[in-house]
Amino acid sequence: MTAEFTVNLRSPDVSVGTATAMKAVFVRDLKIALRQPQDLLNPLLFFVMVVTLFPLGVSPEVSFLEQAGSGILWVAALLSVLLSLDHLYRHDFDDGTLEQLVLQPQPLFLLVLAKSMAHWVLTGLPLVLLAPVLGVMVHLQGNSVAVLCLTLLIGTPVLSLIGSIGAALTLGLRAAGVLLSLLIIPLYIPVLIFGTGTVMAASEGAPVAGQLALMGAFLVLALTLAPFASAAALRISLSNS
Amino acid sequence: MWQIFHKLGSPKWFFGIASTLMPWLLWVGLALMVAGIGWGLAFAPQDYLQGNSYRIIFIHVPSAFLAQSVYMMMAVAGLVTLVWRMKLADVFVKAVAPVGAVLTFLALFTGAVWGKPTWGTWWIWDARLTSMLILLFLYFGVIALGAAISDEKSSARAVAVLVLVGVVNIPIIKYSVEWWNTLHQPATFKLTEKPSMPAEMWVPLLLSVLGLYLIFGWLTCLRMQTEILVREGRTRWVKELVQAGGN
Repeated sequence: MTAEFTVNLRSPDVSVGTATAMKAVFVRDLKIALRQPQDLLNPLLFFVMVVTLFPLGVSPEVSFLEQAGSGILWVAALLSVLLSLDHLYRHDFDDGTLEQLVLQPQPLFLLVLAKSMAHWVLTGLPLVLLAPVLGVMVHLQGNSVAVLCLTLLIGTPVLSLIGSIGAALTLGLRAAGVLLSLLIIPLYIPVLIFGTGTVMAASEGAPVAGQLALMGAFLVLALTLAPFASAAALRISLSNS
Repeated sequence: MWQIFHKLGSPKWFFGIASTLMPWLLWVGLALMVAGIGWGLAFAPQDYLQGNSYRIIFIHVPSAFLAQSVYMMMAVAGLVTLVWRMKLADVFVKAVAPVGAVLTFLALFTGAVWGKPTWGTWWIWDARLTSMLILLFLYFGVIALGAAISDEKSSARAVAVLVLVGVVNIPIIKYSVEWWNTLHQPATFKLTEKPSMPAEMWVPLLLSVLGLYLIFGWLTCLRMQTEILVREGRTRWVKELVQAGGN
């Protein structure tokens, strides 16, 4: 399975441009994931099930769901991304691909960025696409559904990027899953606050451009800083094993 | 200058310095604490609004103060670990992280005790309380990661990365929590101390803050010494020290 993909990665040819290498990493991650479609589906099913728990566990009243809907969807999306983070580096770590990545002449943080983006395409983006359906099920009004999708579209890449730091730090540890959640949940809080806050504001008819811009600022900050931290953490974890 | 820097990296040198500093830190710190808290509890005037219940600030404010600055100190030490690979910096982070967590908890707990008579409730989702709670989570994360990695060097650097990521996030968390709180409801109660606090109130407060800093310094030295003894157990100077029966 890996032979055809690793040819690109193993090539000692320094002349391979950084963009080419990033693309190779990105495409490789997508291809591998698409050959295990069930693994892609599981976080989505988890997302749907967690959302279902709230009307059952708290209240199916329309008035409650209108109020809490955006928060429920955001929390469920956050948990679903959190659950899928373990996959980000785990397989590559187990079969040694990750060591090859670290040894590449291209800057590691850019390859990490490519991997994080692939992770977002595989987990965050499907959540965004699924969100309108669930938004209707929790009785979000017309405009708020669109705003919710927009906040998820801007917010879920941030979740993937920050999460990649935690995934890199806990790589190869026992019970990494729980530890990963412990490390990452506090860092997700600002995204959650702005994600739900924006939808709440939209449902009250307030302008949301400023809040969306702030979320965009989070995204830019995460895009510029998280890959560095994640790459540093990867090197540490690999030197450990 | 470089020699001092070099020495700072030596656990043995630090062990000696810490031993001489510790009695001073402890006794001066205790004296300041007793003076500050004694003054604050017994002699400072009552608050015109809150009566005697406000007196918990003589414990609450120092611990909240220190809880936040300990994380900053950890971040500086984390940077030193990553840049200069200095062993002592990591010893410091490992030694103070649980202390910081306890202080954060103490600040939350005393806040809750104060909140009950003043606000009529133990807990309120006030911006300040919430960001302190998240700070407590950040401390827990640091402690958990440090405990999970058995290799000393990797553990040091991984924790350093985490602490630095956390310190970048602290202002973002703080401001987003404030924004969140004001969005949902205007702040009904402000935890901020009154700017027009009379000197009989803020002088004992300052004394107890200073006292707690010194006691924190003492505790840090003690915990760092213990950590050094555990880590350097195989070196000659530790063996000699132990055979000589302590200091």
